[in-house]
Amino acid sequence: MSAPSSVVVIGGGQAGQQTVASLRKQGYEGSLTLVCAEAHLPYQRPPLSKAYLTGELPARRLTLRTEDWYANQDIEVVHEAAVGIDREAAAVVLAGGRRLGYDHLVLATGAENRRLTVPGAELSTVMDLRTKDDADALAAVLTTAEDVVIVGAGFIGLEVAASARKQGANVRVLEIADRVMERVLSPEASAYFARAHAEAGIEVRLGTGIAAVEGGIGREDCGEGDCRATGGSGSGGSAGGTNRDRGGSADRDGRVTGVVTSTGEHLPADLVLSGIGAVPRTQLAEEAGLEVDRGIVVDAALRTSDPAISAIGDVAVFPDGSGRRVRLESVQNASDQARFLAQSLLDGSEVPGTYAAVPWFWSDQGSHTLQIAGLRDDCEETVLLPVDGPEEFIAAHFARGRLRCVETVNRAGEHMAARRALATDVVPSAEEARAPGFDLSRWVRESVQRA
Amino acid sequence: MTTITFQIHDGSEQPIEAETGIPLMEAAVENDVPGIDGDCGGMAACATCHVYVDEAWCQKLGERTPAERAMLENSFDVQENSRLACQIPVTEELDGLRVEVAPS
Repeated sequence: MSAPSSVVVIGGGQAGQQTVASLRKQGYEGSLTLVCAEAHLPYQRPPLSKAYLTGELPARRLTLRTEDWYANQDIEVVHEAAVGIDREAAAVVLAGGRRLGYDHLVLATGAENRRLTVPGAELSTVMDLRTKDDADALAAVLTTAEDVVIVGAGFIGLEVAASARKQGANVRVLEIADRVMERVLSPEASAYFARAHAEAGIEVRLGTGIAAVEGGIGREDCGEGDCRATGGSGSGGSAGGTNRDRGGSADRDGRVTGVVTSTGEHLPADLVLSGIGAVPRTQLAEEAGLEVDRGIVVDAALRTSDPAISAIGDVAVFPDGSGRRVRLESVQNASDQARFLAQSLLDGSEVPGTYAAVPWFWSDQGSHTLQIAGLRDDCEETVLLPVDGPEEFIAAHFARGRLRCVETVNRAGEHMAARRALATDVVPSAEEARAPGFDLSRWVRESVQRA
Repeated sequence: MTTITFQIHDGSEQPIEAETGIPLMEAAVENDVPGIDGDCGGMAACATCHVYVDEAWCQKLGERTPAERAMLENSFDVQENSRLACQIPVTEELDGLRVEVAPS
């Protein structure tokens, strides 16, 4: 197997962008095309819920590479959706009918938001967040919103909650589970963030979902109880969104006036943000007959069931070191898989190697920087490590007595130490960590030196 | 514009014209300096923009930020003159700065 003569990448997110950048950086000289359905050049997504949403980071700095860069690197960026893969002819079919032949195809199609389906979910200020356009629309409404209801206490929901609170809105978060960020955090870390958000004045209601959104077409259509009109929220308009007013009075503009919770309570709201998770975009792969199982299934070298096609990033289900199949939504996963893939395509060896990287995640929520190193899902034991104040947190998690995951808040040092330990597989035991005064950073420094 | 020279892994040198006001990491990424990835977007959360600063310049750059210090204390291949490029704002005073990209 030699390096491919042409590579097509579908998906203009972090994974797709990093793939084309790494291929060129590592000396790839063949034809290179990036299919990017959004109108924008690839940009960073993490700031969309934070610094970009609050206006601290300008759009220019969101963009990962300039138009000139793509031209200089001889990378064609096609702003068009891919609608099919013709595997027999080795070609991608674009929405406009154009066909792009490939020697190797990279699927970096990412994930898309789960949508709210409750009555009223079509109102114009029921929003979600994934793209820059979503963020622009959300930011425009946020500037005038007084009462914000967020559905889902995950990363996105709580990051936006912190940003909205910072801008002075009353923020309520509904979460159907019995703790925040249940899918990604330990109970101990959830408890830390429940307290932190409460102290910031954010009201989190656990065990509570959303039953309906009210508003848009006037009072007579609302349910009983506290159903307010939208007066007082200014004329912010339906920025970026289509006017989905169902024919009621025009001044209502399809905006939200409140929500009804699953417990029957009415809450005022002029903005509802849905942050209820994402599903991988697998349709192209499925229709092309590739193996799909809650994501596009790839082997240890990130190749799909067709060796001429790889899948990386949010959409890929890959075997982690212990042989389990995992799918991870993170910048680190997207970037590291892209770099690995670029290298392995250029190596052109018969055996394309094994992707192995310590997963890590971060989330900034107000003044709290959460970092996670490793995966916690098969851990049976947790040790809380000593910290210097109430705004810090370290939880070490162990599987079969060995360190496997560390969650930290405002403790970048221990996060980095954990990544270093996990990467070198020189890790402390739970017994060592339980000793009074255990210092993870010092342990890792000393152990790595010895090793 | 400020000229900053990166010494990269293969020993070669890559001078770049950095825009003032942005972090050095962003300027390096825009100019495709090998070994500078900046995965976390400049939050001092990933240590993928680790550089060694030419001794003569260390003082001019000031102190490491607290998060940066914590990250560097626990990173690979750290030296006295290690910095995270995302925590160094480009200013005109840095014209002529030389840094070396750290391994890994």
